[in-house]
Amino acid sequence: MTFGAVVDVMLKPGIADPQGQTVERALPALGFTGVEDVRVGKRIELTVDAGTPEEARELVGEMCDRFLANPVIESYNVTVL
Amino acid sequence: MSGRVGIVVFPGSNCERDCRRALESLGAQTTFVWHKEVALPDVDIVVLPGGFAHGDYLRTGAIARFSPVMSAVRDHADAGGLVIGICNGFQILCEAGLLPGALRKNSGLKFICRWVGLSVDNNQSPFTARAIPGQRLRIPINHFEGSWHCDSDELERVRANGQVVLRYTANPNGALDDVAGLTNARGNVFGLMPHPERACEPSSGSQDGAVILESMLESVPTREHAHL
Repeated sequence: MTFGAVVDVMLKPGIADPQGQTVERALPALGFTGVEDVRVGKRIELTVDAGTPEEARELVGEMCDRFLANPVIESYNVTVL
Repeated sequence: MSGRVGIVVFPGSNCERDCRRALESLGAQTTFVWHKEVALPDVDIVVLPGGFAHGDYLRTGAIARFSPVMSAVRDHADAGGLVIGICNGFQILCEAGLLPGALRKNSGLKFICRWVGLSVDNNQSPFTARAIPGQRLRIPINHFEGSWHCDSDELERVRANGQVVLRYTANPNGALDDVAGLTNARGNVFGLMPHPERACEPSSGSQDGAVILESMLESVPTREHAHL
């Protein structure tokens, strides 16, 4: 079976995110005030061949550990569709 | 000075010829090694030059780490051979786990191309043996993702081991502990964001880069004649 999966990769909490800070500073210029904690990450979509949704999640998690995310600075979240 | 140097070329490398010119001007013999090679030629030192290996896709160095040649580079390092990664090469070494930490986007979110001041904070490294402790060097940087980072436990280990060899005198990119260049625990693998190969000739405005490259070349054990 094939499963769609989405990986969200974010800088780990506590690691400064200059992109998020820049976006946060720009929002008031458009009238959006009171916005805090903006973080910018990336989303990776993929389709994998696996027996069950759990297997698909495990497989994608392994890809994240070894390649899709850098464990030194990034955390990730896998959603199997 | 002698020493055989293999300069690895990835698709997207762009400093390999600068490295060749600088190293040959210092007496080294150089050879380019395409990233698809599974073995290294007979070399004492491996250089991972600057550039944008594999387009910097996903993360800088993330794809280059899987290039076939990297297994041979790892074996060379494991055997005690010298490896230097400059700029993108530093990023690749971190992604490959040959150096601790990771390189993040510069804190100011700007690509920075300018001269920086550096302080040699450990001259016991093969890459800085010609420097005196605290010696100031002037060498250019040219990067967007040069802000070195690691967790606090790792930082303590790295500092305790004397692995931080080069620090910025005025931090340009937000690097943790002003780290501009550091080695692995064993000391034979070195990564740095500044480009020493661009500061080796009178016409380049500084020859301080030669302090690093000459140190490295002089640290190569003299070869038995039979091997030449």
